[in-house]
Amino acid sequence: MGKELMLGNAAIARGAYEAGVKVATAYPGTPSTEITEIISGYPEVYSEWSPNEKVAYETALGASLAGVRAMVCMKHVGLNVAADPLFTSAYTGVNGGLVVVVADDPGMFSSQNEQDTRIYARAAGIPLLEPSDGAEAKEFVRLAFEMSEKYDTPVILRTTTRLAHGQSFVQIGERVEPTPLVYIKNPSKYVMMPANAKKRHIDLENRLIKIGLDCNTMPINTITYNDKNIGIVCSGIVYQYVKEALPNASVLKLGTVYPLAAELVKEFAANVGRLIVVEELEPFIENQLKTHGIPCEGKSLFSRQGELSVNAVRAALDGAALSPPVDNGLPGRPPVLCAGCPHRGVFYVLNKLRTTVCGDIGCYTLGALAPLNAVDSVVCMGAGIGMAHGFQKASPDKSNVVAVIGDSTFIHSGITGLIDSVYNKGRTTAIILDNSTTGMTGHQNHPATGKTIKEEDTVRLDLEALCRACGARVSTVSADDIEAIEAIIKRETAIDETSVIIVKKPCVLLDGKRSSDVYYIDGGACKKCKACLKIGCPAIELSDGAVTVSKETCAACGLCVGLCGFGAIRLKSQNAGR
Amino acid sequence: MQTDVLIVGVGGQGTLLASRILGGLAVVGGFDCKLNEIHGMAQRGGSVVTHVRLADRVYSPVIEEGGADAILAFEELEALRYARYLKKGGIMIVNRQKIMPTTVITGAVGYPSEAERTLTERYGAIMLDALPLAVASGNAKTVNTVIIGLFARRTGVAYSDIERALELSVKPKLLEVNKKALRAGYDAVL
Ligand SMILES: Cc1ncc(C[n+]2csc(CCOP(=O)(O)OP(=O)(O)O)c2C)c(N)n1
Repeated sequence: MGKELMLGNAAIARGAYEAGVKVATAYPGTPSTEITEIISGYPEVYSEWSPNEKVAYETALGASLAGVRAMVCMKHVGLNVAADPLFTSAYTGVNGGLVVVVADDPGMFSSQNEQDTRIYARAAGIPLLEPSDGAEAKEFVRLAFEMSEKYDTPVILRTTTRLAHGQSFVQIGERVEPTPLVYIKNPSKYVMMPANAKKRHIDLENRLIKIGLDCNTMPINTITYNDKNIGIVCSGIVYQYVKEALPNASVLKLGTVYPLAAELVKEFAANVGRLIVVEELEPFIENQLKTHGIPCEGKSLFSRQGELSVNAVRAALDGAALSPPVDNGLPGRPPVLCAGCPHRGVFYVLNKLRTTVCGDIGCYTLGALAPLNAVDSVVCMGAGIGMAHGFQKASPDKSNVVAVIGDSTFIHSGITGLIDSVYNKGRTTAIILDNSTTGMTGHQNHPATGKTIKEEDTVRLDLEALCRACGARVSTVSADDIEAIEAIIKRETAIDETSVIIVKKPCVLLDGKRSSDVYYIDGGACKKCKACLKIGCPAIELSDGAVTVSKETCAACGLCVGLCGFGAIRLKSQNAGR
Repeated sequence: MQTDVLIVGVGGQGTLLASRILGGLAVVGGFDCKLNEIHGMAQRGGSVVTHVRLADRVYSPVIEEGGADAILAFEELEALRYARYLKKGGIMIVNRQKIMPTTVITGAVGYPSEAERTLTERYGAIMLDALPLAVASGNAKTVNTVIIGLFARRTGVAYSDIERALELSVKPKLLEVNKKALRAGYDAVL
């Protein structure tokens, strides 16, 4: 078997496969999604999209208890959702190996914050490994399973966007099928009520001391001596920046970032002049060194915000100029709702009605951008309904407040907000944008699509019945019918009860087929009033004062037609196959 | 041997496939290689940049400003946006096409006038009408492969090598049109 150029996430999937993983669970989240998508292609492995990260974690933990190797993957903020089982599973430990892959996003390429997963590792007392390229990622997954079983603990494998979404050469190997372990009933280990948990907490602390000692001799923690005036401590992708920026420096590369290989660091510190920790985000390694009484420099030289780079390392340590943030005066090109996106009409209406919108996370977050400008808040998945409820409790006279949430996000963590509003006699109107997929992360199935991760048919969650069962008023409307959407929003926000409006139409990218029709603007009829530009459709272009529809981009949704007071937007059937 | 190529464009223009083809060159030539693209928002028409690094041993997956031996741009505004990455003496190949961002469509700002002049005068950009060549090859989406063809020609890559790299990277179903597009770019008369 040869070497392949593969995505960091593919390398992780391959590593888990070769290590004999039996159960892999996840809720999608950039930049971690591809791992589980790829694993779903291996017939030897049971895989699933869980409704959220907490359930994904618990499912993997249950599989570990039963005696097989299990893996759960998520993006950094997903670990907030899974934090509850994470912390206590550090007490119970595992049976079959349990690996938790968490992808951080320094620089926030597609996230709402830049929290640092390494702090969770320390807070929960769970070892954390960090690979620096695809080949290491594959290797570290196997090591993580071995450590998990050897030390009886979950192990976190941390990646960042550059590793997860970077491609490099990886050597492919064979799958080794581990013998499943037997499950033996053991309440003192697995039933975490106080009497048992007290003992397990002591066990956890002892375990961490043992692992910390063993880390000193693990081959994934390596020292390379060069010029001894400068000694760099680093891990993960930052190692690559350091090697390129300072080829002559001595380097201690940590594969285990927590617990700290303290003796190894002390040995390194004794042999170099300036000891400098180079790390992205929080001063995590730096603070561990200081806790162990090892003086070092770190965040006095580097920002806590954003990614590092070769340039940032050179600028801090080699006197190079730091590239300034650029403002080249060029027009930005923010992402936009696609041409034909079913979310667009709702935001057009909400903007027109001047409604206060507690938004949520998904493609529909883009409803916040010009010209729709319809969203007032976005915090985390599921936050919108609870926030709308709170906003309204605080301002009982204001009726035009709504929550807007996607179908996948509603199932993930919106439903509890809805139950809250009903139970506590709220008057929230929650608009569920049901596009039959998890769009933002690249079209994953979820319980309401009626399909599994492997595209097999399954029981379809009925959102309407679910919301009714919660006690909310429910209306359903097509995303194409913006007049009806407007009427229903006006009606439901005026009523003093919790209500749900389900706006339905599949994501325009779902079937991959393009409509053979397009709209065009009759230049003679167009009065250049620009009303059609208010929906922010990327297919409608304004150049040199003339408004045109791009036939490459138009998805023939027809939303723009009703906005034109002069009937200038017309349908053209294209028979030529596109 | 060390080549750093930045590929820039708009979501949906196929920067990732273009980078995979250059990655194929690493396989053909026996080099190390790293490709890096930020996904996520790519599908939604945002600005997309892909880093391709070929060398005997590649460390950082990211090209530094002023470090790119070549910039391949599938859109003019994106060429301008990333031009500062070009090394002195590096080459820039630009698809002659303007795709209006929403910030321009809504009238908030204007599309840079004289984009082509800036690109050619300041960066020595080679401008190519790749879209008609792609369409003539059978698929408008092969602009990326057309540009790769011209890049190979301009940097002295043997046709057989780039063709082999293409074969390693493109789905069999799309290989024929892409081969035509590659040839069209390689033979393009400017
Ligand atoms: C806790 C958490 N997990 C995962 C993500 C990544 N993520 C962002 S939006 C989204 C789902 C969007 O799907 P949906 O709500 O159906 O809206 P759509 O994008 O289809 O409009 C996901 C998984 C996140 N931001 N936070």
